[in-house]
Amino acid sequence: MSLLKKSAVELVSLLRDGELTSADLTRAYLNQIEEHEGTIQAFLHVDREAALQQAEDLDRRRAAGENMGPLGGLPVAVKDLLCTRGVTTTCASRMLENFRPPYDATVIARLKAAGAVLIGRTNMDEFAMGGSCENSAFQTTKNPWDPERIPGGSSGGAAACVAAAMAPLSVGSDTGGSIRQPAALCGVTGLKPTYGRVSRYGLVAFASSLDQIGPLAATAEDVALLLEVLAGHDPLDSTSIDAPVPRYIETVRQPLEGLRVGLVTDHLAEQLDPDVEAAVREAVRVYESLGANVEEVSLPHSRYGIATYYVIAPSEASSNLARYDGAHYGYRTDESALQAELAAERAAAQSEQEEARLDTPLVRMYRKTRSEGFGAEVKRRIMLGTYALSSGYYDAYYLKALKVRRLIVEDYRAAFQKADVLLGPVTPSPAMPLGHFKDDPLGMYLTDLFTVGANLAGIAGISLPCGQSREGLPIGLHLQAPPLEEERLLRAAHMFQTATDWHRRRPDFVASED
Amino acid sequence: MSELPYKIVIGLEVHVQLATQSKLFCRCSTQFGAPPNTQTCPVCSGMPGALPVLNREAYRMAVRAALALNCEIPEFTKWDRKQYYYPDLPKGYQISQFDLPMSQHGHLAISDPKNRFEPKRVGIIRAHLEEDAGKSMHDEQAGTADSRIDLNRCGTPLLEIVSEPEMYSPEEAKAYLTELKLLLTYLEVSDCNMQEGSLRVDANVNLHIPDPEAADGPPIATPIVEVKNMNSFRAVERALHYEADRQWEVWQESHQRLGDVPKQTRGWDENAEITRGQRSKEESSDYRYFPDPDLVPVVMSAKETAEIRNQLGELPAALRKRLEETYGIKPYDSDVLVNQGRALVDYYIELAEQCGDGKLASNWVQQDVLRLLNEREISIDDYAVRPSAFAELLAKVQDGKLDTSRGREVLAEMIEAGLSVADAMEKLGIAEVDDSELVELCQSLIAANPKIVADIQAGNLKAAGALIGQAKKQNPNVNPSRVRELCIELSSEAS
Amino acid sequence: MSLSASDVEKVSLLARLLLTPQEIEALTSQLGQIVEYVDQLGEIDTEQVEPLAHAVELVNVWADDEVRPSLPRDEVLSGAPHRDEDSYLVPAVLGD
Repeated sequence: MSLLKKSAVELVSLLRDGELTSADLTRAYLNQIEEHEGTIQAFLHVDREAALQQAEDLDRRRAAGENMGPLGGLPVAVKDLLCTRGVTTTCASRMLENFRPPYDATVIARLKAAGAVLIGRTNMDEFAMGGSCENSAFQTTKNPWDPERIPGGSSGGAAACVAAAMAPLSVGSDTGGSIRQPAALCGVTGLKPTYGRVSRYGLVAFASSLDQIGPLAATAEDVALLLEVLAGHDPLDSTSIDAPVPRYIETVRQPLEGLRVGLVTDHLAEQLDPDVEAAVREAVRVYESLGANVEEVSLPHSRYGIATYYVIAPSEASSNLARYDGAHYGYRTDESALQAELAAERAAAQSEQEEARLDTPLVRMYRKTRSEGFGAEVKRRIMLGTYALSSGYYDAYYLKALKVRRLIVEDYRAAFQKADVLLGPVTPSPAMPLGHFKDDPLGMYLTDLFTVGANLAGIAGISLPCGQSREGLPIGLHLQAPPLEEERLLRAAHMFQTATDWHRRRPDFVASED
Repeated sequence: MSELPYKIVIGLEVHVQLATQSKLFCRCSTQFGAPPNTQTCPVCSGMPGALPVLNREAYRMAVRAALALNCEIPEFTKWDRKQYYYPDLPKGYQISQFDLPMSQHGHLAISDPKNRFEPKRVGIIRAHLEEDAGKSMHDEQAGTADSRIDLNRCGTPLLEIVSEPEMYSPEEAKAYLTELKLLLTYLEVSDCNMQEGSLRVDANVNLHIPDPEAADGPPIATPIVEVKNMNSFRAVERALHYEADRQWEVWQESHQRLGDVPKQTRGWDENAEITRGQRSKEESSDYRYFPDPDLVPVVMSAKETAEIRNQLGELPAALRKRLEETYGIKPYDSDVLVNQGRALVDYYIELAEQCGDGKLASNWVQQDVLRLLNEREISIDDYAVRPSAFAELLAKVQDGKLDTSRGREVLAEMIEAGLSVADAMEKLGIAEVDDSELVELCQSLIAANPKIVADIQAGNLKAAGALIGQAKKQNPNVNPSRVRELCIELSSEAS
Repeated sequence: MSLSASDVEKVSLLARLLLTPQEIEALTSQLGQIVEYVDQLGEIDTEQVEPLAHAVELVNVWADDEVRPSLPRDEVLSGAPHRDEDSYLVPAVLGD
């Protein structure tokens, strides 16, 4: 069987036992990327030489008897919003097209220490805003199951590269579903950890109170392997939780006795694609067959999740993205053109008052830089957030949303009294055709309905393949668990994956390789 | 003030840099004067992905200051982002505190030793912690279109202390600032060095004018003006005097009241001695404050606050009172001593204790010690004579073994040559004169100066002065007052 | 609440964006729709509800006051669009 079809857990053990070198493995993935990247476009940047260099270093160190860490030479793809010292970190934005951070994000430092080979930087929606990768300033990643369709987003490259067997493990980030939704649409497993479980230090912020970094891989076991590396307290992140990290990889294979599964009825209602609903209902039967107790639960405020999320996330984003103003790093507008433009405006001014109202050169520099450096969706959210926080609207929008956020958290608390994990769909439908939501931002936002709750409540959620649509597109199952219960989620997901083989299915071009 | 046709009303906003080693939300140094952009990191230079972590010591210092300002410390406080675009603010927002500051509702007592105003309490609306911005520099001479940005200062902890508009003269404002600075330096939470920008003052000023149409009604308030760029307390005083005059003139012409025009900002021009209008930032009032999601709140129990309160130490007001009560010195003197700082007060107390005469010690410290410290620009810790040696010297003055001017000579010798009292006296050839020797000397003078003796006998005691001069010629070590005493005594005995 | 083109223009200055007339028109309608959708939050009675800024409610996270090395200046300034030997350069801040 091709190396590329093996799980990360299997590959780590081959590497550890000396049956495989990191260089050979890395080369295999690089070749796969080379072959299919033209179609998939999952990566913004792959440095073949640098990746092989890392792999060879790791092989040398292993040969010298050093402990290579839990990933020991395994390639890992990272979403292009994790600051990596000396490596261009673009967030798929013109604004940061040439930005090379002088420091490593905590998760990058952890990956390096764990023996990962950083194989490439994955595409995303600009600044993680979007659900299709179509908001990338540089390219649109295609769904490996059907290149006419979106891979989901914002971690679309992260999910697509796993589905296309271009990397065994991938790191994404999830602010409103950005790991789980593309995982569902690309047929891979992706976990959004509890808020504070993984350090955000060095993650380029979208919405700080919602952002969380997490792993994507083919299986729950592989996700467990990577989560164990990513998770842990970080004194550089004030919102990082100081709690021990369980040995996820040790426990993931243990089934949960007497598992109580809560079927979220609110998520089976309106506008759900019939194939998705059928797959979710089938998943319920799978759990019942595994001995779980399934009960219906309700999250009554979940229907306000989108409205709440689309106040809080843009508000925080409008503030987090204020730093991109052309002054200290990143893109700056052409200054001579700017001065000429202002001179012309001054000349055209009809009165002194009119002239006094013109932007100063500095203000115009900010405005032109930001208008040229950001794409349409980013500008839209900055505008929305600025509006929501502006004087006169704060109470009606931002403060109101924070209150509803508490009600959403309370819904989850009540639901977790009755259930150990909550079960439902990840997305209302399988992957949409490219361009489906062009000029319909609200329509796009509404597809986050099932995922934003976990971010608003800060709880853990996982997406795993649970079926296929009539067109053969993957469908994702959403499990959610209380804070810090990633272990429970992984075990529940693995149980499902012992009874089903959806997670082993690959797009034809991968499956046909050997 | 009563002769003025208006009352000037002043509120002060003071920003004080706290004396931490590292910045408020990162661990870069706060040291003043480093080359530009050498004290920054991803956090304070606002790089993507960097996150703030609160400096515990900065918070503790802020609580100490707030408690010393008699503020209430709420159990819960949080951090907010104040958003505006400026190149010395690389994140596009300043981390500050908005609706739930770490302290509020305090006061500071001020008084004037020269009695130009009655002792009073100035209310403190709030004191909160925030991060400082960097510096932008524009060299107009160089003729370039660019400003240069240095982010070294960016992120230094600042305590913003906002007073009530309760000061009614520039003198009161200056007294408030002087007392505030003293308090903060006693607490060791700031060096309050205005030259280095560790204490900065903005003033809100307007006038209250009696309403000619309603003599018993509330006064007319003129528009509030914020005055900036005052680089010394003296500048504050002068700027406020200027601003009151200016506003009175404007009022007479315009009759604009509070609310008629937007709040104006003016800068003090030190050289021209005037305030000048500054261009107001457009939409500057909409800071879009919201809770900083990168930081968590601080919760401090009443018990923890009480512990910090117990560790405040003796503050200037209490110390002045103690010096007055314990050592019998006047408020003016205690004020001079306490204003010099805790180290000098400790020196004074040790000296007063050892010599047993607080007033004498106070006189010598104020006249001799402070003069030298000022001349040499040294601190009391570098003053060569320790209190024990000083007390030994003062004992000789008290006993009449040295007069004040000889005492000064001895002190100078002790400082210059680092000698003990005895060695300094020996070096100066000052031997203590035995009383019998002194009687003999005075007797010989009486015998030799019958005319002077007659004058003394006639009740002209001043005539004895001439005998003192002669005695000092014969023996420079004699104590003049003892000579005078003896000569008068012996003159009356002589017949 | 409905959103006018002039609201959008005002917000664009606050957000330091410079929008074309076409962008203003498109955003007025798109933001209007989104805001209208968000207005459904008004249905919920939140009189007795405390706002929740963080899902995980931590408090008192500190660092000790110990100086750590700063970045070398050239690394800090390396990404600056315009700089001289020791500082960032920006269009004049005078009168702004």
